[in-house]
Amino acid sequence: MSTAVDMPRFVRARQVEALPPPNLARGPIAWIRENLFSGPFNTILTLVVFYLLYVSVPPLVKFLFIDAVWTGTDRAACRADTGGSESGACWAFIWDKINYFIYGSYTISERWRVNIFFILLAVGVVWLLWLKAPRRDLGAVYFFWVFPVVSYVLLTGGNENFSGRFWLGFAIFGALVIALFAFFAALLKTSMRPALILGGGIVAVIGITLALVDLDFGLAHVPTSLWGGILVTLLVATVGIVVSLPFGIVLALGRRSKLPIVRLASVIFIEFVRGVPLITVLIMANTMLPLFLPGDMTVDRLLRPLIGTALFASAYMAEVVRGGLQAMPKGQYEGAMSLGLNYPQMMSLIILPQALRIVIPGIVNTFIGLFKDTSLVAIVGIFDLVKTIEASRIDPNWAAPTIGITGYAFAALFYFVFCFGMSRYSLGVERRLAAGQKR
Amino acid sequence: MSAQHIPSAAIDPKAQPAIEMIDVHKWYGEFHVLRDINLNVKRGERIVICGPSGSGKSTMIRCINRLEEHQKGRIIVDGVELLDDLKRIDEVRRDVGMVFQHFNLFPHLTILENCTLAPIWVKKMPKKEAEEVAMHYLTRVKIPEQANKYPGQLSGGQQQRVAIARSLCMSPKIMLFDEPTSALDPEMVKEVLDTMVGLADEGMTMLCVTHEMGFARQVADRVIFMDYGQIVEMNTPDEFFKNPQHERTRLFLSQILH
Repeated sequence: MSTAVDMPRFVRARQVEALPPPNLARGPIAWIRENLFSGPFNTILTLVVFYLLYVSVPPLVKFLFIDAVWTGTDRAACRADTGGSESGACWAFIWDKINYFIYGSYTISERWRVNIFFILLAVGVVWLLWLKAPRRDLGAVYFFWVFPVVSYVLLTGGNENFSGRFWLGFAIFGALVIALFAFFAALLKTSMRPALILGGGIVAVIGITLALVDLDFGLAHVPTSLWGGILVTLLVATVGIVVSLPFGIVLALGRRSKLPIVRLASVIFIEFVRGVPLITVLIMANTMLPLFLPGDMTVDRLLRPLIGTALFASAYMAEVVRGGLQAMPKGQYEGAMSLGLNYPQMMSLIILPQALRIVIPGIVNTFIGLFKDTSLVAIVGIFDLVKTIEASRIDPNWAAPTIGITGYAFAALFYFVFCFGMSRYSLGVERRLAAGQKR
Repeated sequence: MSAQHIPSAAIDPKAQPAIEMIDVHKWYGEFHVLRDINLNVKRGERIVICGPSGSGKSTMIRCINRLEEHQKGRIIVDGVELLDDLKRIDEVRRDVGMVFQHFNLFPHLTILENCTLAPIWVKKMPKKEAEEVAMHYLTRVKIPEQANKYPGQLSGGQQQRVAIARSLCMSPKIMLFDEPTSALDPEMVKEVLDTMVGLADEGMTMLCVTHEMGFARQVADRVIFMDYGQIVEMNTPDEFFKNPQHERTRLFLSQILH
């Protein structure tokens, strides 16, 4: 009551002058002050970073672009003693050797086939990765069956000339596969028809694949020893990525299986492969594999490291996928089981879609690692991009001081574009998938 | 005399109990979770199971659809005995719906997809028909308008009603409820209980682990009290609440009824 009476004493009669607006609460200067110089420690960090940028960026730009030599037909352009400039990158060298970097020693008249392979690869990648693309189920069939078969025929020339004995062996193999499916159907007491259709389907797919490879399309044979450059790098990376994901999933499921033999086999494979450097795996695949095989059987020189890298990446992929599986709450399994879903249905419809989504960053990380690791196949004499650069670097026609650095800068650019692309794509997918379930 | 030797199911399938548990025991390692459980559930019977936490009540109903394995005794669900045969277990699960405390909806699928998944993949129902069935049950639990949302966008009560609808889409003969309202905010408990009462009124065989004693009074045919893995007391709700036989039951009731 008294306050109501006392109040007027504290109420100002005249209006106070407005205070000036606070100094720079908005605008670029305020932003800089807030984000770059908001305290002594941050100020020091900012200054150090600016100094490092000042030291590194301008010389790099100068070397790569300003002082660079863009045209020329031989070393003269990039040597000071012949009137050229040797303080900048020698892009003329890359330009001159670009075909070698892309195709390796692939027969020149047949290089159109490699171009078609690149186009087919791009079509498949876009079809599968573009989430709004039409008929992505067909895209999967294309990418995992049509594309590999066509690529094989295109790149090698096909026309394998399988013998009659081979086809006889295949017929026996096919009969065995179908019998095996029938046997498992009987063992699990499920109906026979789907098992027979599945077994027959698998045999038919393999048969058609072999027939296509066997057919003579009139393409000249190009041995894999001539392949090289970006062709080989992309080939090894694609095969590694395409094989490692499904194989890694199978290994991860195997490692969590209740069946001791399956679990033990998965654990031994994963731990063995992960415990050995990739170079060792490659050298073993290259030199030791032929020792284990019967004398008349040879594995292609390019196929060996291809298998090596794919298996190597699979072991890492398995552990990434296992992480995702472990993150799944038990309730999801119970929810699926209580509805009567069987194990394959539960895994493929409920658990894996969620588990794989959780580990997208890890999966892409493994892909990126694999993509860069493909450069190690050079160790066993495969001419991938890095190896072709190595080989061109010592070409006397291009003997100039900046050639090596330019070549490696080109390789760095190539790897960066692909790895950065993968990274950005995965971020986009994560954001898109998260959006569907956001509150 | 001779009539007694003929299995009752052969005379009248209705007379066969929905669930029979005979001398069921279960251990978690050394820990004896279920001791000597004997329970006969008739078709259309509604049973409420209560008891302190850790008394084995959830474990018991999870044994009925083999989410947990019992080590001794026999469990016969709808005439099928639960053995190691995976195919028969899947058959039983098809006919036994279950609603969980934490809903266990599939967060990567929409509400409608959650409901149509099992009919399409387990019952091989055409997609269109499955969607009609799903919409029918979603309407029954009063959330048809949420069909195209994801579980994360719904409230707890709505999610639990979706979970009930998801189970009903498989047209189960028996429904198991494992503390369906325990994870819900108080104001959402009623909407879920109303759905369950509606289900009980239609004659569904129900086993419900819950502490909602009002629900037990309203719909239960029998109330079971469990403690230390044993069925301590089993009676009609009237007798159970008015005239509990065991000291342990009295203590428990005095604690939860205030």
